[in-house]
Amino acid sequence: MASGGLTTSEYISHHLTNLRVGEGFWTLHLDTLIVSGALGLLLFGAMAYAARRASSAVPGPWQNFVEMALSLVDSQVRDTFHARSELVTPLAITIFCWVFVMNAMDLIPVDFLPLAASAAGVHNLKVVPTTDPNLTFGMSISVFFMMIWYNLKYKGIGGFLHEVLTVPFGPWFAPVNLLFRVIEDLAKPVSLALRLFGNMYAGEMVFILIALLGVWQLPLALPWALFHILIITLQAFIFMMLSVVYMSMASEHH
Amino acid sequence: MSINATLLGQAIWFAFFIWVTMKYVWPPLQKAMKARQREIADGLAASERGKHELELAGKRSADVVREAKERSGEILAQTEKRAQKILDEAREAAKAEHARIVGAAKADIELEATRAREQLRERVAELAVAGATRILQREVDAAAHAELLGRLRQEL
Repeated sequence: MASGGLTTSEYISHHLTNLRVGEGFWTLHLDTLIVSGALGLLLFGAMAYAARRASSAVPGPWQNFVEMALSLVDSQVRDTFHARSELVTPLAITIFCWVFVMNAMDLIPVDFLPLAASAAGVHNLKVVPTTDPNLTFGMSISVFFMMIWYNLKYKGIGGFLHEVLTVPFGPWFAPVNLLFRVIEDLAKPVSLALRLFGNMYAGEMVFILIALLGVWQLPLALPWALFHILIITLQAFIFMMLSVVYMSMASEHH
Repeated sequence: MSINATLLGQAIWFAFFIWVTMKYVWPPLQKAMKARQREIADGLAASERGKHELELAGKRSADVVREAKERSGEILAQTEKRAQKILDEAREAAKAEHARIVGAAKADIELEATRAREQLRERVAELAVAGATRILQREVDAAAHAELLGRLRQEL
């Protein structure tokens, strides 16, 4: 549904441009920040509401749903992460639920919110926050720092350094080991962030291309949306699972 | 694709939501779920116990019924024995009473008979005297014949 007066490439780049303020590095993508924040506040507010009223009596439907989703995440964490930690389950819950709802913004037809926004005077709006690499890198770098922190917490500085310098080739190859370790650890946040960003960006791109087909978008958008439900859930799950695995690797001795 | 300060903002959001989940979502829900699990386990255990107790009570009630049956049989037998005994005693007493009454009656009859015989004896003597007087048609000296009459009375 190309709006009148826009060429195809203008339409596409319009859809892929963030609402931004500021200059250079200090640019802020307001749409990403606002949409992700609002979704998070809504979701975790509703969960905290359910949790505050939670009792051991028969749960209501919302409490029941939250309990089901959270215990699913918790059982995954228990299977993977064996040390005792107050942080890892809440971390996994936050990643899975938050990424899931942000990805789910993809299912809103691509023109709805941008058109509504432009009617309100806002001319660029990228609705799916996970198509912004700033968000995915923000999360994956946070996970990376937690990983470092867990390495130090469970192994101590000496244990951590020993592991960095001796695994996998032994103490005589310390520089090689260190290089391998740096590459390995840097690859983790990069792959985590780019995987989510790439999947969601590509999915959004396909939605935009379908929207360009005029009336033919109707039979195509629905199957793609149905298929996309799978990707949305899967990407949220993969991000969560890999984060838990990284935390677990950080907390285990070799 | 441009990396900029949005990344920092997102990291702050991320940290904030982790904090919310860690403080206000997961612990209370986990507590509620654990409490419910415990309650369900307790309920199941209680129902198991109840079933067991029901079984025991069934056994006990069967015991009580059997005992009561035994007791009632015993009581019935005792009562029958007792009734038999009372009947026997009554029969004995009736027999004794009968014997006593019959004995007394016999003694009375004997006495009456003796007395009647005695009277008859007296009257026979008088009759004999009156008859003799009539036969002789004369006054007989009673005194003179007293000794003879006495002898006659003895003979009767």
